[in-house]
Amino acid sequence: MRSLLARGSELASSKEQLKILTEVSGKLDLPSFSDKLKEAALYPLRPTGVDILQVNVGKLCNQTCKHCHVDAGPDRREIMNRETMEECLVALATPGVNTLDITGGAPEMNPNFRWFVEEASKLGKKIMIRCNLTILLAGEKYRDLPEFFAEHKVEVVSSLPYFQKRRTDAQRGEGVFDRSIEALRKLNSLGYGIPDSDLVLNLVYNPVGSFLAGGQSTLENDFKKELKQVYDVQFNSLFALSNMPISRFLESLLESGNLEAYLEKLVTAFNPVAAAGVMCRNTLSVGWDGSLYDCDFNQMLDMKIEGKISKISEFNKSVLDSREILLHQHCYGCTAGAGSSCGGSIA
Amino acid sequence: MAQETTYYKPEDLKKFGNIGEFEPDLAKKFFDYYGAVFADGALSAKEKSLIALAVAHVVQCPYCIDAYTTDSVEKGVTEEQIWEAIHVGAAIRGGASLVHSVQALNKVKELGI
Repeated sequence: MRSLLARGSELASSKEQLKILTEVSGKLDLPSFSDKLKEAALYPLRPTGVDILQVNVGKLCNQTCKHCHVDAGPDRREIMNRETMEECLVALATPGVNTLDITGGAPEMNPNFRWFVEEASKLGKKIMIRCNLTILLAGEKYRDLPEFFAEHKVEVVSSLPYFQKRRTDAQRGEGVFDRSIEALRKLNSLGYGIPDSDLVLNLVYNPVGSFLAGGQSTLENDFKKELKQVYDVQFNSLFALSNMPISRFLESLLESGNLEAYLEKLVTAFNPVAAAGVMCRNTLSVGWDGSLYDCDFNQMLDMKIEGKISKISEFNKSVLDSREILLHQHCYGCTAGAGSSCGGSIA
Repeated sequence: MAQETTYYKPEDLKKFGNIGEFEPDLAKKFFDYYGAVFADGALSAKEKSLIALAVAHVVQCPYCIDAYTTDSVEKGVTEEQIWEAIHVGAAIRGGASLVHSVQALNKVKELGI
């Protein structure tokens, strides 16, 4: 499968995606997300602080997952350069910014990735990498990445949509499950995900179809039991995420005729407690070109943050802490049920 | 306009919560009971969802099949678990018919055939 952009799909346009969400919401008479926050006394939504700097270092990826909200893939060429990474490091050094969360694409495919991690490591901040697992087996230049991660105590967060092959491969591509298991075993062999080890390996579950993630703790127990018994694989925690109705998941919803039902479900399941803890409140998202966003989803919808600061080179924590977070109908994806964030359930 | 061919409409499932429009007190009692039944207890909510799915097939409730297939999947059950649950329901339903054949057997013998 090629990216939406490479296929020339209308859905490659963020404007088109937002238009569809607006039109469907109007047709179904769904309340705007802003109105829903007003009811919950959370509007305007403001940050609690920039605790996490989430840096998207590019859209290049070795996989083309069916539900990818980034529309990443081998045909994407947007890559963060070293100069922008240097600017990110200056921001990361700011007191109160505690975590660097590196995402993509497959972030490891950025030619400056290792340098970026090494420099961030010198700052003594927590470093997380959103790793798709299969990249660790994608060739000689990536084979020693697990050792590199361990050396810098990088927390590895890896997507694994299900503990069985069929559903995982349906979403992430043929053969992805088997290669993911191999990569997980390699990480385990270094101590990642093993009890009493300081090397953290967390998995991310997101539904393979147009349904919401159920209870995170139940799912985590199932994943732990199945992966240990069947594949002798261990991990620390499972983060259950909802699929955001944008980009390639939006395409999937439209093709399957499930968009209306999915949006209705997200709205019906709105949870004010989850809304109060959404990740955009403590995270700042940086795009490959240094542009700033409230979250990775707003980034993909080209909804740049409001205010005078637009680039990471202009980072000013106190100004950013007082900004107003931009909202649209896709935000319901983070507030449904137990909520959804890069760290899993919220409520 | 095409003529409706069934009384069952998927969108009606969403209206289940409205059944108390004319009898709110009884509806509230039912939904309170319903919620308590499906909460985690000696059986997990996931196990209860699979039981509900099996029963939904036995009583042939399309709304319940819709709701509990989705609910089971959301709770992380596998396709194998879904189909085993359905077969448990089918086996009981089939067995319930067949076990009555003992009565036929008795009657045949009574008739001295």
